[in-house]
Amino acid sequence: MTTAGHRSDLRPAVPAFVQQPPTGAYRSLNPTTKLVIAVVEALIAFVLRGWTGLLVVLAVVVATAVVARIGRAMLPFVLATIPLIASILLVNTFLYPGATDAIVHIGPFAPTWTGLEFAVQAALRVVAFALSVAVFGLTTRPDDLVADLERRGLNRRVGFVVSATLRTVPRILQRAGEITEAQRARGMDTEGSLWRRVRGVIPLAGPLIFGALTEVEEQAMALEARAFSAPGRRTVLRAFPDSGAQRGARWVLLVVLVMVVGLSVTGRLEFLP
Amino acid sequence: MSLSLREVGYRYAGAARTALTDVSLDLEAGRVLGIVGANQAGKSTLCLVAAGLAPATIGGELSGEVTIDGVATRSARPWELAQRCGIVFQNAATQLSGTTASVWEEVAFGPRNLGMPITEVADRVAWALDALAIIELAARDPERLSGGQAQLVALAGVLAMRPAYLVLDEPTSQLDPQGTDLVATAIAALAEQSGAGVLVAEHKTDLLARLAAEVVVLGNGQVLAHGRAEEVLADERLDEWGVEPPSGVRLQRAAKAAGVRLPAENVA
Repeated sequence: MTTAGHRSDLRPAVPAFVQQPPTGAYRSLNPTTKLVIAVVEALIAFVLRGWTGLLVVLAVVVATAVVARIGRAMLPFVLATIPLIASILLVNTFLYPGATDAIVHIGPFAPTWTGLEFAVQAALRVVAFALSVAVFGLTTRPDDLVADLERRGLNRRVGFVVSATLRTVPRILQRAGEITEAQRARGMDTEGSLWRRVRGVIPLAGPLIFGALTEVEEQAMALEARAFSAPGRRTVLRAFPDSGAQRGARWVLLVVLVMVVGLSVTGRLEFLP
Repeated sequence: MSLSLREVGYRYAGAARTALTDVSLDLEAGRVLGIVGANQAGKSTLCLVAAGLAPATIGGELSGEVTIDGVATRSARPWELAQRCGIVFQNAATQLSGTTASVWEEVAFGPRNLGMPITEVADRVAWALDALAIIELAARDPERLSGGQAQLVALAGVLAMRPAYLVLDEPTSQLDPQGTDLVATAIAALAEQSGAGVLVAEHKTDLLARLAAEVVVLGNGQVLAHGRAEEVLADERLDEWGVEPPSGVRLQRAAKAAGVRLPAENVA
């Protein structure tokens, strides 16, 4: 145990595990720096057309994940994208408007190469987005983000909403697993053929959505019961690492983002493959 | 000084009928008041109204008067009320902030929201953890606790606000017998040592028999019975009101029906 501030040795202290800032090459970055990196990665992946931006962002995200040693922990975030990716692949491959370069004819359906290429790009964009969010979420203590954003003058609710959103992904997956187990215990077939699996998703949606909504209301009340809406700044428990280099890097990243968005919108990056 | 409800009625926003009608009761410091009733009897609504969250946070229409040590909840802000009356809900998972890496920080969440000096925060956290005998959990991840432990951490988080009154809405309903015993022991010790007034809404009448000095039976949002715990929990009409009597009372009745006399003092 260590002491904090001006205090008598007889008074309880803030434990060392609370005061100690995160360690490690990526984790030790300022929370706002990591937030800016995640936002820039996610937006560039979506704004830049073609393969170049997408592959660069994916490479950067994977590199940061390796540096931060969070490879396996990112799995729930990737799994959360599966329904969206499946629908993107199916809809675009089979129904891409105007495409005529059919891969094969299956009855009335004709998947096309153009549609498939577009679908793979769109799917990878979703993966890049999910991974950049995952890297940020898994390397940043939510409480540190809330405190750092509040220190910069933002309302504590903003930081809390960002943190709570990140926390939602693994929680929803866990809840979905619990509901599936409960339904399976009552005899519902959630395995086997694709059609059976699809049918198993329908009764999952209701409890999942309504359960999440109920939880949100109860959590809002629980937060109020602990003075979340009190005016003024929250007590800060530990110092956050920041430096001139990080401040500079944040500005550079934001300028790069604005330039990429501007050039992309005006069509000046179409030479990129 | 007390937490007082006078002729209280409450209707949820958009609801056609009232959830509470003409409820009057007093909770004094250092006392434990039990609330029991069938499903939809109004127990949770009473908890929200008593803690001041209804209507301040969830809206709705309140009639009558709810005061905490003379302060009307109607005119106070939620963060001010949080320092007078704390509330703990059924589901421990939704009460944890989800933003903290350790139990210590989770318990510190409320005092930090009030912007207290770090020394005061540390004092309160140490006191709350000690009061519930969970100091050994301080470094643990709040997301990786058992149900009973998580409920105790939620309770500690509320205790750290140092409220004079605690409202517990079925705090053991999602716990196994071991977790229930853990929480019940902590509540009993808390009421005895901290001097806080505790209002406990519970299905488990055995728990109320153990904890509460007084019990209120609710039905359709109204008070059906109110009195000393041993009298109310032995009332012949409990079954009719949808409330299962405590095991001691059921044993006594079964013995009586079988023609066996059991000394009352031997029935726990």
